[in-house]
Amino acid sequence: MSILINKNTKVITQGMTGKVGQFHTFHCKSYANGANCFVAGVNPKKAGEDFEGIPVYASVLDAKKATGATVSVIYVPPSGAAAAIDEAVEADLDLVICITEGIPVHDMLKTRYKMQGKRTLLIGPNCPGLITPDEIKIGIMPGHIHKKGRIGVVSRSGTLTYEAVGQLSALGYGQSSCVGIGGDPINGMKHIDVMRLFNDDPETDAVIMVGEIGGSDEEECARWIKGNMKKPVVGFIAGVTAPEGKRMGHAGAIISGGQGGANEKLAVMEECGIHITRNPAEMGRTMQKVLKG
Amino acid sequence: MKIHEYQGKEILREFGVPTPRGVACFSVEEAVAAAQKLGGKVWVVKAQIHAGGRGKGGGVKVAKSLDEVRQFAGQILGMRLVTHQTGPEGQVVRRLLIEEGAQIVKEFYVGMVVDRASQRVALLASSEGGMEIEEVAKHSPEKIRTVRIDPVTGLTDAEGAQVARSIGIPDVANAEAVKVLQGLYRAFVEKDAMLAEINPLIITADNRVVALDAKFNFDSNALYRRPEIVAYRDLDEEDPAEIEASKFELSYIQLDGNIGCLVNGAGLAMATMDIIKLYGGSPANFLDVGGGANKEKVTEAFKLMLKNPSLKAILVNIFGGIMKCDVIAEGVVAAAREVHLSVPLVVRLEGTNVELGKKILAESGLPIISGNDMADAAQKVVAAAKG
Repeated sequence: MSILINKNTKVITQGMTGKVGQFHTFHCKSYANGANCFVAGVNPKKAGEDFEGIPVYASVLDAKKATGATVSVIYVPPSGAAAAIDEAVEADLDLVICITEGIPVHDMLKTRYKMQGKRTLLIGPNCPGLITPDEIKIGIMPGHIHKKGRIGVVSRSGTLTYEAVGQLSALGYGQSSCVGIGGDPINGMKHIDVMRLFNDDPETDAVIMVGEIGGSDEEECARWIKGNMKKPVVGFIAGVTAPEGKRMGHAGAIISGGQGGANEKLAVMEECGIHITRNPAEMGRTMQKVLKG
Repeated sequence: MKIHEYQGKEILREFGVPTPRGVACFSVEEAVAAAQKLGGKVWVVKAQIHAGGRGKGGGVKVAKSLDEVRQFAGQILGMRLVTHQTGPEGQVVRRLLIEEGAQIVKEFYVGMVVDRASQRVALLASSEGGMEIEEVAKHSPEKIRTVRIDPVTGLTDAEGAQVARSIGIPDVANAEAVKVLQGLYRAFVEKDAMLAEINPLIITADNRVVALDAKFNFDSNALYRRPEIVAYRDLDEEDPAEIEASKFELSYIQLDGNIGCLVNGAGLAMATMDIIKLYGGSPANFLDVGGGANKEKVTEAFKLMLKNPSLKAILVNIFGGIMKCDVIAEGVVAAAREVHLSVPLVVRLEGTNVELGKKILAESGLPIISGNDMADAAQKVVAAAKG
């Protein structure tokens, strides 16, 4: 099983022909069953060409019709990335993963508005992507640190996700799926959405959730976990030492309930039964303790 | 990106929001000439710095004669204005806004933010004008009205009228208040703002609705399409180290500790600061070198950290994904040589090509302390910083 993607997933790459897209498409195609998964690229100006044997189509819809792909990954530069998401949603794909960092917030507000009532799920933007070890990797994470297994990982950060994965793998705990939901204020799937999927996945035994300061997604997820989660969850929040107000004015935190600080998040998570650690080097060992009872 | 009040008022006027007449000035002579040109009997002399709380810090004065304009302008220009937002070191005042006086009957607060939870632009309004909205939220949250705005319809006439009424704007000024709220919304969306505040928004004796202050913060990701906003940038208001960092696409924030951190990825960079604190040390900075760091970037990052006189040790924490550990190791060695590194350096490498990276560090002949994992590296750098 695993969540969202597996070895049979067919993927369209939007922005495949650019430098970044080429680099990561090469690595994704080389990982596990990637050669059978990455079936199409999109570039209206290069339709009919190919990269590494992967054909390029003029639009997402053309690519979907020709290959039966249901998922897309986006490396399009920031100014065009929101429109790329819109195109994938219009083509009625199951899942869109947007890696692009630096998309204007107002573009994402419009895109999220257009996604209302559509069935397409969005992961990101500004995220490392997701991976089901030994089956498929969609995104920019280093494949070799992962190991097939039964721990789910969900995180807002890129390299901090790798840190959690690296610790798990070193202790012998493999992962069912690892999902980077991205660090932008306006994004697609939240911790809670991914947590629900892990809860329902028979091949996931426990979950590590990694969060950071800002917003209240982690608190919302924690409250859901308290009432619904059947599996143990280990949690870490980055930014206990981060200076206040460096990113956004306080007014942003007011309407989300006066929250957003790392200590407040950790307190809510602990209260909701999540096994928290304040030490980012202890995420793996905390999971080990929980599983060994 | 933040801008000055007088620049914010220029934007507001462009969107039909009334403000007092005023002139931005850089000298006492300009200030007096501006007051003369504006006419009238009362002027407000306002320090222009990016931080809030200027009035309490002595940066806003009401002048009742041209002599007073001269006197106050002389006092405020060049002063080191300390507010709760500047930190104890304060901010030097280099610009003034000279404005005609306004007859205030009542003050209100209106603001716009991007609300993460609803994924909409939210309008905040309150009867408690002149107070910080954070304080109002803490002590009397029932006095804040919030409207989450539909991006297709924008702020409707009905919504605007209802909000204006609910915070106590008199009916005679209701229509004008709606225009102000809608103008603020359009400015917010069309200029790619992340935060916009008018505090206070006032009702005058003749029932006009006027923006007495203007605060904007713009989305740095959208500046590529907003050259008119970029033109408002005032480098004097920004931390020189952060400006230097932005030239090399490094994300750098100076803190008050003594252990420099060089990390790839914002989440890992924050976690690195956290673990230093956890083991009894204190981080000197946040520094994310991003996904594509090369030798030049790493060297610049070292130079930035070394400019901090408090620096006692450096921790490099890299989890290589896209970034290969051998490339980072070569960068670290080259940088340490170029800057003649004089403080202890602890390096923790993990991920792609990690063995090759460690070999390069070991064979460099430099006194680099190797950290086996994040905890080990943090403990070693804390010990090194204590000497």
